[in-house]
Amino acid sequence: MVSKLMKGLVYASSVFTFGMLGYLVIYILINGVRFLTPSLFSWQYSTSNVSMMPALMTTLMVVAGTLLIATPIGVFTGFYLVDYADRKNPVVRAVGMATDTLAGIPSIIYGLFGMLFFVIFLEFQFSLIAGILTVTIMSLPVIIRATEEALIATGMPIRQASYALGAGKLRTLFKVVLPVAMPGILSGVILATGRIVGETAALMFTLGTATNLPGSLFASGRTLSLHMYILSQEGRHVNEAYATAVVLLVFVLVINALSTLVSKRLAGGGK
Amino acid sequence: MSRTNKITVRDLKLWYGDFEALHGVDLDIYEKEITAFIGPSGCGKSTLIKTLNRMNDLVENCRIEGTVELDGKDIYSRKVELNNLRKRVGMVFQQPNPFPKSIYDNIAFGPRTHGIKNKSELDEIVEKSLKQAAIWDEVKDHLDRNALSISGGQQQRICIARALAVEPEVLLMDEPTSALDPISTSKIEDLVSELKNEYTIVMVTHNMQQASRISDRTAFFLNGNIIEQDETRKIFTNPSETETDNYISGRFG
Repeated sequence: MVSKLMKGLVYASSVFTFGMLGYLVIYILINGVRFLTPSLFSWQYSTSNVSMMPALMTTLMVVAGTLLIATPIGVFTGFYLVDYADRKNPVVRAVGMATDTLAGIPSIIYGLFGMLFFVIFLEFQFSLIAGILTVTIMSLPVIIRATEEALIATGMPIRQASYALGAGKLRTLFKVVLPVAMPGILSGVILATGRIVGETAALMFTLGTATNLPGSLFASGRTLSLHMYILSQEGRHVNEAYATAVVLLVFVLVINALSTLVSKRLAGGGK
Repeated sequence: MSRTNKITVRDLKLWYGDFEALHGVDLDIYEKEITAFIGPSGCGKSTLIKTLNRMNDLVENCRIEGTVELDGKDIYSRKVELNNLRKRVGMVFQQPNPFPKSIYDNIAFGPRTHGIKNKSELDEIVEKSLKQAAIWDEVKDHLDRNALSISGGQQQRICIARALAVEPEVLLMDEPTSALDPISTSKIEDLVSELKNEYTIVMVTHNMQQASRISDRTAFFLNGNIIEQDETRKIFTNPSETETDNYISGRFG
């Protein structure tokens, strides 16, 4: 009796979850697709065409810039925490705690910090670089945690095997542990990418909201989500906001599909 | 009989934090013989075998006193290059632990670590090691297969081949058959008896029949002490200590 009830509950909640997702996607598609016009993809933004092309490109720039900085720092921090640090060292504990705390901070706080520090104190103004540095700090915990978990999951036995053959720490890490941990690390990086693509609050006060493609690292721009947020907030281009949402949705779905594909390929290869 | 001491352990004490796991152990391991460690669980056999290639360095809060000498040289001296020590003293673990790589790359990992890059040289080492580990015929046609895709018993022989590929002088085996079925176990026992012609072998085992079948000398451990060490035949037929007698006749442990 109870098990039947449980089964029903589990079934109902999965239908609910999937239904909500389906509803969301279909709702956006229905309201957005018909407003996808070529002028929305014009290279030049104007108040009449409200093109999303500059925003799309800016999103790619922000993602690329952030990953370029956050991935090496995050991955190496993960290496340090798992394979090098003495777990009882207070500094190490502090790093671990800082990571957890960073992960829990609302993104608007990052935005305010980025504005005060990068935009005002370092005089970067609203700029690509201020935006990138702010979301870098935001994505670090995601990448660090994913790296840590992936490294821990590889376990002691293969490390011991490598050490027992006379391999040093570096060789063990790069030739034995890393290939196994790679899919996990990569999925963390992709998760971080998803966060960056969806971010608005942290970018509004750092990257700014300029409508055209930033010409340099020190020029302002806007990402797709930010663009959408502003369009719908202004209220004059709600239909175009839906169209933008369609593109954003496709973007995120492609990223997810890519991550699944890549980690499957890597896990299956195992060479 | 003239014997050469390969490894000499003197008054070795070992602590994990505050817990003293070995209470001043003396042990002689002779060249090209199989020395078996027997005794109940938690008596220090695995702990001692790990000190012989300094795998205990990886354990946090582990500290030792006393000496372990390999060919008369203290392996805990500051002058010892750890990776070179582990090349000379290889190890096979309780659970088969091949790398999730191809069979070939598993065997070639050690030689590559020690600087061998030449492909034909590596090919030769891989073939020789797999033959020594009596698994060449089973895997020669699919060296590119992932080592995790073969059976547990085969994996363990791959691990033995991998250890042999760096041409060690001593091979430490920490209960190498405890995770295997009887047929794989007997294959590995045959293999080990074969290997002692070229290598000095130290083997921890829970299985007393195994110790009596293949070892030349046996050390009996109890509560962090070696109670008795002698010729295997003597230990199993006419032990000097009553505890040894009680253990081998199955009265405890």
